[in-house]
Amino acid sequence: MAKVLMINYEKCTGCRLCELICSVVHEGVSNPSRSRIKIMKWESEGLYVPMSCQQCEDAPCMNVCPVKAISRDENLDYVKIDYDICIGCRACVSACPFGAMSFDVIGRKVVKCDLCDGDPQCVRFCEVKALEYVDADRVSVVKKKDAAYRLTVAEKEAAALAAQV
Amino acid sequence: MALNRKIAYIDLSTGKIEMKPIPLEVRKKFLGGRGLDAYLLYNHTEKGIDPMGPKNVLMVSAGILGATLASASARTHIMAKSPLTELLGSSNMGGFFAPELRWAGFDHLVIKGKAEKPVYLWIHNGEIEVRDASNIWGKTTTETQWAIREELGDEDIKCAVIGPAGENLVRYANVMTGIKDSAGRSGMGCVFGSKNLKAIAARGTMDIKIAYPTDAIEYNRRFITQIVSAKVNQTQGTLGTPFIWGATNSWGGIRTRNFQYNQCEYADDIEPERLDEICEETMGKYHMAGCFGCQVHCRAKYKIPSGPYAGKYDEGPEYTSQGAFGGEPDCKNAVTVLTGNHLVDQWGVDNLEIGSIISWAMELYELGILTNKDTDGLDLSFGNDEALLEMIRRIAFRDGWLGDTLAEGGIRASEKIGKDSFSYLIQVKGMSNLHSDERATPALALGIATGSRGSDHLRSRPAIDLYHLPEEVLRKVYSNPVPYDGPLSSDHTSYVGKAWEVFWQELCYMGVDCLGICKYHTTFLGATLPNFEDWSKVLYYNTGLEMSPKEIWDVAERTYNIERLFNMREGLTRDDPKKGDTLNHRYFDEPCLRGAPDVIGSTIDRKKFKKMIDEYYEHHGWDENGVATQETLKRLGLSKEPSHLV
Repeated sequence: MAKVLMINYEKCTGCRLCELICSVVHEGVSNPSRSRIKIMKWESEGLYVPMSCQQCEDAPCMNVCPVKAISRDENLDYVKIDYDICIGCRACVSACPFGAMSFDVIGRKVVKCDLCDGDPQCVRFCEVKALEYVDADRVSVVKKKDAAYRLTVAEKEAAALAAQV
Repeated sequence: MALNRKIAYIDLSTGKIEMKPIPLEVRKKFLGGRGLDAYLLYNHTEKGIDPMGPKNVLMVSAGILGATLASASARTHIMAKSPLTELLGSSNMGGFFAPELRWAGFDHLVIKGKAEKPVYLWIHNGEIEVRDASNIWGKTTTETQWAIREELGDEDIKCAVIGPAGENLVRYANVMTGIKDSAGRSGMGCVFGSKNLKAIAARGTMDIKIAYPTDAIEYNRRFITQIVSAKVNQTQGTLGTPFIWGATNSWGGIRTRNFQYNQCEYADDIEPERLDEICEETMGKYHMAGCFGCQVHCRAKYKIPSGPYAGKYDEGPEYTSQGAFGGEPDCKNAVTVLTGNHLVDQWGVDNLEIGSIISWAMELYELGILTNKDTDGLDLSFGNDEALLEMIRRIAFRDGWLGDTLAEGGIRASEKIGKDSFSYLIQVKGMSNLHSDERATPALALGIATGSRGSDHLRSRPAIDLYHLPEEVLRKVYSNPVPYDGPLSSDHTSYVGKAWEVFWQELCYMGVDCLGICKYHTTFLGATLPNFEDWSKVLYYNTGLEMSPKEIWDVAERTYNIERLFNMREGLTRDDPKKGDTLNHRYFDEPCLRGAPDVIGSTIDRKKFKKMIDEYYEHHGWDENGVATQETLKRLGLSKEPSHLV
């Protein structure tokens, strides 16, 4: 089964090592402005949210591309750019609803997460596991279990309240 | 490449800005960060200048490994002549400012003169602009940062700023970035204020080329595993630095009621576990944050749970706030600690200094040296939480006679207060000690007595000395990268070999401060953490600069000697109680009253202490007065200082 980059923003410590690793892996430089992943921060609330490509099924970037440079990689199941075809018009940057497609002003090209050919380096360096690379079905299972636990707690509390009455 | 970042010389009096590359020869001698700052300070200041006058020179820098894959390469260093001590002023902070400064093209800022009206510096992709700050003057540290971001229209801007305390020239005002990252010690915020400099804003998108990316990445992975596998860092990552306070208090190494006791009793409400509970209650299960590139994430996030500031968001509290607003004034209330921490963060003043000074004033009040007349009726008794918080405000805003007096720092305040007040002041070279009590730990006592910026735990503290490690383990750590075959002792109450430990740690901490990485990533709290050997590799993989572990050691020794040259030039003498390598008499005269059996009754032995200082000077190659000998200076290539290479 294809894997996905699962982001659990609650665990993120905001350290931005993922941004640094991403720019070194792809460009050989330290420069977060060229990273494919970026942590959005609300510093005065202590809220940090890593943002990267969702690898959409019906990807707006793919649909909007006038030269069909964007396609789905059958093997790793992600949205990829063919730079031999890409004309750098940035229509994909405008179309992406998540801001995940960006324009690298130094490399003069559009860039997005390519899952590092199946071994995402940001995941490898995220010690707190805010980023994980998991089988696609796992994403909702984790949430399901959390929600299920909350339900049982609520049920027990309700039962305890009822017993008191 | 990582070595092409520049020095900018900014004259605030004339508005003139010059930018110069850093020659490779200078890099090899001083690396960057604190090391090169020390060289710049010694070369660009004259003897005896007023620290608050236009002739003082302010250095703001990143380390040579800043923003690279060196792990926690986040540190900003700030240096100037200190308004608090009139000796070396030097302070260091985490966060995200230094990496941004490097992405914006600069490693070192050398700020001279004084602006006519409030200004801030805007540093962006190789350009520097001096901008009007009159409409942000008066704002708190976070308000200032958000206002600059709004004015310049970029949320990714990182700022180093001062708050009201810096504007009011409190001599121990700090420089801050983010919510709580502070260059706290030695009054660097006061120097900002004295130059009418409200902030430095940086934003950059310039590449820092990594010399050998694959090696740098793989070594970083190894480095991180080594760092997070240390139990001490795992604990830092869950409880933050408060765990150190808790552990130290358990055996009796925490000073309480200024210096009357060495253990804070019945302190459940300010123990690390309690503070952690509040963080979890207010911010959820995952409430730790990290500085740039750091996997230790020792910074807790919290909201104040109750009281007049209920609901306010802040970060920390570090163990310094726990000591400064909990143990020292004997206010054993979590809300007080969290509130005090918030106030100093917002107003921009060193938590450690202000807590120590207020606790000293509380002891003077108890003794009748300070009276209700001096306090304008405030009941400054130990354990009075409200009085503590009120004094923080009075000092930050220099309100009333006592607030204004204490804002001058301990020594000046003691001269104004008179009587016997000085003998109760726990300071070295005019800077207050951390909340720790070193009477049972001679190695730690030597460290605070000799620290180049005054009493401080981050200059040379051999914390692993407390672990009773076997001698062969200590020897392995302390015989690298230069051999040491002198005596060492596993006993923390011993005086044997401690001078070498302090000397070694001084150079180790100088090493990280030049590289721009955090002390939790080296031999500070854990004996297994990376140092010289690893730095040599990390430096090469990231910058291409080839330096052996011994050459990095030499840089550390060279730059430490420049700091010493500066201090000697500004009047340090060995036994001067106000400007010397000395301790308050209470360390020698008043025995510890609480703590573990081998701690109760401890004092520092005067004779043995003197011998330790002699040994320490000898390791440094200094004479019996603590003056570097000509041979030492020659060996380190410092015979002709100031040499004005940059």
